[in-house]
Amino acid sequence: MSDELRELYQEVILEHGKNPRNFHASDAATKEARGNNPLCGDQLVVYLTLDDGGNVADASFLGKGCAISMASASMMTEILKGRSPNEAKSLFDTFHEMCTGEGEGIDLPEDVEKLRVLSGVREFPTRVKCATLPWHTMVAALNDEEEISTE
Amino acid sequence: MSRNPATSGAPAYDIDAIRADFPILSRTMHDKPLAFLDSAASAQKPRQVIDAVRDVYEREYANVHRGLYQISEAVTARYEGTRETIRQFINAAHTHEIIFTRNGTESINLVAYGFGRHFLDEGDEVIITELEHHANIVPWQMLRDEKGIVLKVAPVSDDGELIMSAFEELLGPKTKLVAVAHMSNVLGTVLPVEEITRKAHAVGAKVLLDGCQSVTHIPVDVQALGCDFYVFSGHKLYGPSGIGVLYGREEVLNAMPPFMGGGDMISSVTFEKTTWAKLPHKFEAGTPAIAQAIGLGAAIDYVNGIGLDAIATHEADLLNYATQKLASIDGLRIIGTAPNKASVVSFMLDFAHPHDVATIIDRAGVAVRAGHHCAQPLMDRMDVPATVRASIGLYNDRSDIDALVAALGDVQELFG
Ligand SMILES: Cc1ncc(COP(=O)(O)O)c(C=O)c1O
Repeated sequence: MSDELRELYQEVILEHGKNPRNFHASDAATKEARGNNPLCGDQLVVYLTLDDGGNVADASFLGKGCAISMASASMMTEILKGRSPNEAKSLFDTFHEMCTGEGEGIDLPEDVEKLRVLSGVREFPTRVKCATLPWHTMVAALNDEEEISTE
Repeated sequence: MSRNPATSGAPAYDIDAIRADFPILSRTMHDKPLAFLDSAASAQKPRQVIDAVRDVYEREYANVHRGLYQISEAVTARYEGTRETIRQFINAAHTHEIIFTRNGTESINLVAYGFGRHFLDEGDEVIITELEHHANIVPWQMLRDEKGIVLKVAPVSDDGELIMSAFEELLGPKTKLVAVAHMSNVLGTVLPVEEITRKAHAVGAKVLLDGCQSVTHIPVDVQALGCDFYVFSGHKLYGPSGIGVLYGREEVLNAMPPFMGGGDMISSVTFEKTTWAKLPHKFEAGTPAIAQAIGLGAAIDYVNGIGLDAIATHEADLLNYATQKLASIDGLRIIGTAPNKASVVSFMLDFAHPHDVATIIDRAGVAVRAGHHCAQPLMDRMDVPATVRASIGLYNDRSDIDALVAALGDVQELFG
């Protein structure tokens, strides 16, 4: 099996894929959006609860998809808590750069360094959307859009 | 078409010679021999087709139906000759019942436009099935939204077979069109289209058969089937992309208005009045896909040279082999187990998502499709988000299936 494959499907990803964190709907959510990847049929809903200060108090998701999209959503919901919408959006930009390869060797802030395990998608152009779909959906929720599609 | 070794004593299916006709099969993918198991999406092209297309451009290219010079006449004859090749291939009664389109999708849309918009009114019913490709769903939904027709969907069983009794219950005096796949692109199910056609005709409905998948595996005789329309794409039949076919019964086509207006489809034009050209040109506005049509003719000649019966026998054997090998993998479930199926096997692994499977086996040189296969309603019906689909063409052999099975071992190693 190729090294790229082992790099893509690291233990951490497989583990998050199998046991996603924060995998539930949320009645208390103040923002939510649905994300679709029409090409492969992946779908998920991201739920965000903002506190009085406008920061993310809670984040969760539900959906079906491949190991990459599930792991990405799982790790994203873990990382969002306590962040302001602007921080969340700028994290998305950094994450996106890392996944598309434009950010080869990009510096990740220390507290989100664990997202680097997803950088293996860089070698798999058709799978970049799987990793970024949850993030696109999260940004849509913050922008009060109900639904987004990636293609 | 009697090169079936079992019946004619002709030489056995010469798979090595056949594979050698397809230049792409000798390339590698990720440094592994290519195991191409995605012919249901689009098939590879034999050298005979590639040469025919090249020959047109190198020696005989001009516009058709126009030029008063030798090359134009020659290319027109080849182009129109393909129509006759296609007529014979599906045993249509007349050459002018063969309409060239871009693909199967356009053929269905042509019928939705020319027949549907013109002859169907509010409350009229169109019946499709749960296993249709989006190409045979969306045009009818658009017609529903525009004209207020009623779209009814005949259910399939857990095996992926059409439930005939339920289909019959949907038929009635308001049924104006039954539009069904001859063969499912996801499950491989071959539908009893002769019976469907007979029952639809009994209530006065017209019948469209979507032959995009079937024409490459099953000999088709549109007169014996009795259907009013039969559609398919060239690119799945080992021909070029950009060329498709609509067969329509003369009487029905004559009653339909043109699809698009322009050159080639007229008999005479003044600013006051234009009269339509005769069939088939009435439905072929503008410069057609000339080299592609001729390439499709070469593809059909190629298929005929081997014989569809021989191809079907070879593929059935391989499908059997694949089904057995796959079924013996722990945690693998085959989606679509109808007794009458051809050349397609869809499956799920309970430990890995179809996209992960496709990505992993791609690195082993195995090309399959993963996803909803443009049949989302069927995915919902079978209660799966997506499947992995391996599909078999006339050039596949056991080594391709073995490569798939071995590559699934890699998936197991990572995910199992
Ligand atoms: C059953 C069926 N119908 C219609 C189509 C549409 O064919 P095309 O994309 O060539 O128009 C396909 C191709 O995937 C198909 O499998």
